[in-house]
Amino acid sequence: MENSTSKVIDKNAIIAPLHGNGTKKKGALTDEEIISDLLPRKFGPLGMIWVGILLCFCAVGVFAYILQLKNGLIVTGMRDYASWGIYISNFVFFVAISLVGSLITAVLRLTGVHWATPLTRIAEIIAVSAITFAAIIIIVDMGRPERFYNLFLFGRLQSPIIWDVTVITTYFFISLLLLYIPLLPDMKILLATKEKTAFFKLYKFLGSFWKGTHLQFRISKKAINILCIAIVPVAFSIHTVTSWLFATTYRPGWDSTNFGPYFISGAFLVGSGAVTVAMYIFRKYYNLKNYITYDHFDKMGKIVVMLGLLYLYFNVNEYLIPAFKMKKPEEGFLDSLFVGDFAPLFWSAILGGMIIPIIVLLFKKGRHPFPMFICGIMIVVGAWFKRYLIVTPTLLHPFLPMHNVPESYKHYFPSWQEWAIACGSLAGALLIVTIFARIFPIIPIQETLIEQHEKANH
Amino acid sequence: MDTNNTSRKEFLASLVTTGLVLAGCSSKKTPFETGADESVKPTGEKVKLLSVDGEVIEVDKAFLKPVPNLPAISNSEERKGIPGKKFVMVIDLSRCKNLRKCQAACNHMHHVHSNLNWLKIYPMDVGEKTAPYWQPTTCMHCDEPPCVKVCPVDATFKRQDGIVLIDSDRCIGCRFCMAACPYSIRVFNWEKPDTIPEELCGQPYSCETSVPQKKGTVGKCDFCPDMARKNELPHCVSACPNGTFFYGDYNEDSVTNGAETFRLSDLLKDKAGYQLMPELGTKPSVYYLPPAARNFPFEKGLENDKEKI
Repeated sequence: MENSTSKVIDKNAIIAPLHGNGTKKKGALTDEEIISDLLPRKFGPLGMIWVGILLCFCAVGVFAYILQLKNGLIVTGMRDYASWGIYISNFVFFVAISLVGSLITAVLRLTGVHWATPLTRIAEIIAVSAITFAAIIIIVDMGRPERFYNLFLFGRLQSPIIWDVTVITTYFFISLLLLYIPLLPDMKILLATKEKTAFFKLYKFLGSFWKGTHLQFRISKKAINILCIAIVPVAFSIHTVTSWLFATTYRPGWDSTNFGPYFISGAFLVGSGAVTVAMYIFRKYYNLKNYITYDHFDKMGKIVVMLGLLYLYFNVNEYLIPAFKMKKPEEGFLDSLFVGDFAPLFWSAILGGMIIPIIVLLFKKGRHPFPMFICGIMIVVGAWFKRYLIVTPTLLHPFLPMHNVPESYKHYFPSWQEWAIACGSLAGALLIVTIFARIFPIIPIQETLIEQHEKANH
Repeated sequence: MDTNNTSRKEFLASLVTTGLVLAGCSSKKTPFETGADESVKPTGEKVKLLSVDGEVIEVDKAFLKPVPNLPAISNSEERKGIPGKKFVMVIDLSRCKNLRKCQAACNHMHHVHSNLNWLKIYPMDVGEKTAPYWQPTTCMHCDEPPCVKVCPVDATFKRQDGIVLIDSDRCIGCRFCMAACPYSIRVFNWEKPDTIPEELCGQPYSCETSVPQKKGTVGKCDFCPDMARKNELPHCVSACPNGTFFYGDYNEDSVTNGAETFRLSDLLKDKAGYQLMPELGTKPSVYYLPPAARNFPFEKGLENDKEKI
């Protein structure tokens, strides 16, 4: 960590557009303190180990993928009935988690909720890295990845896959801009303070045109507003379209008009869970106690409860209504979830991923950082398995009997290559977040300064 | 296909195309690709040829190499289908005793991977107080095919003669069509099919023969349009000793199993023909005749079944 007193900071240049005087009120932080607290810092030993572990996972994943490229999808546990497996559920998971970027940044911003400002960048980098790996994992699932370009040569608009490619690309770029534009003033601060760091050239390349003039601030504010409005329908689209990959088929468990909102509510829940986990970790290991406060956890906790109840509501619709009727094609599928092969996983996901976190977070003490962290992890892990339960059991309950096929075709358990690739992709997404936090301030400095000045002036 | 056409194609096959080396299975080149082998030196001796478009062209003799198994028709022809036809199938359930000759013939002729079957025979309605029967199941070649709707790259397509085919050279292997098909008829080549003879590997893929199947792509029953072009019956139809399968043209209103020919509309009316899962709105081209007045008891078929029911 850099010593703040050794740095000469051109304070006027940084906060010039605010005309703030930076006077210190009792208990408030000075600009210098804020900046030095929030600057990105080198990895400690723990950080190094963390990055090393992630890199190992990624390397094993890449190795497994090379094997898969060589031998074909035969290396997976997927067969003709379970023709989609954890690659697809992992894809749905990534798309889901990426939705949180739009929730925290756009929805809260547009509704005038200001307390979430310190969380916007965490949410946005989670969104960008998750959507990147969603795209990667969908290519991993393809039998002929080298023909990916066919989507552009021969793309047919009536296929939900084309819709998905379109909206995911759009979402990726909007998210990237929503990450980049608010970063510009911070880049100026970084350039002013960290003259000789390894990333100096990168900051200069990305942000040297930002002078912090009134005009630039006005343009950037306008741009962010436009992007925030634009990203809401796009975010709804990415997950609705992802749900349509299933809902446009006839299969029991997928043939549901409920799927769009069901997926979106689940996505907001898992994304908020992920942000909660990230908040806790950054707060603890980057000493951000003054910036990510109990108040933030408390408010995030309330949001998680609301989203959890919403998702629970859609789950009731999704499972109990078909169970009330028990139509013949649905029967085997529902039985396998409620009391059959998938029951342990199903009830763990429902209880651990929804009901228990909701109950814990209803209490004020439950919304303290540590219990929030545990609940966040339960939500994220539960959500991952929930996606698996959405994809696979349906495929193993076709309309016509599974007959006269090799025994391995009637069940699905992911092979080690699939696990390695799935874990590698999760590690890769975490690696992007980690490296981003190494290079850029994970809490927006400029916006924190503005808030401090506003507080001071009131 | 008339004889004139055949001889012209043989002529083309023996002469046409530039010196293109088909180097076994790994070669992705097709005989239609331009670009000659650079190691060949021109001799200066020119040969006049008839091109695929019907133009007379002149090519240096050194660049001529015979190409084995030139596809009979172009990909765009294969995608259009046979004009004026609407192929249908009728499967008489009262005649099936699960002999699986149809399946064996189909697998053999299409070089289907040994773990996979394009034609499936299901024991249906197995229960205590029901009347179980064997149901041979081909692709339904739906008129509203859910698989075609979801294919992102037009690799699976519906032709004007009603047949749904797969272009394995275009399929990206996303398996959305498999998820979409309510009849679970589609199979995936999880690895390179173990049944393809070496000499077929280098042959260009034809949508009509569906050969050779390729790793990482989807395969399924193709209604044998290559046989239809030759005025012959699909392999399953001619392989069944009990005449279970009838194949024909909806527009001509006739179907045949080789030995017997029926007026399609009469057959469906007299025997109360039905379609599989018509409530889904897929409009299948395959009709079933109910297993009434059976030729064989259900138990007869159990002998041939590898799996316990």
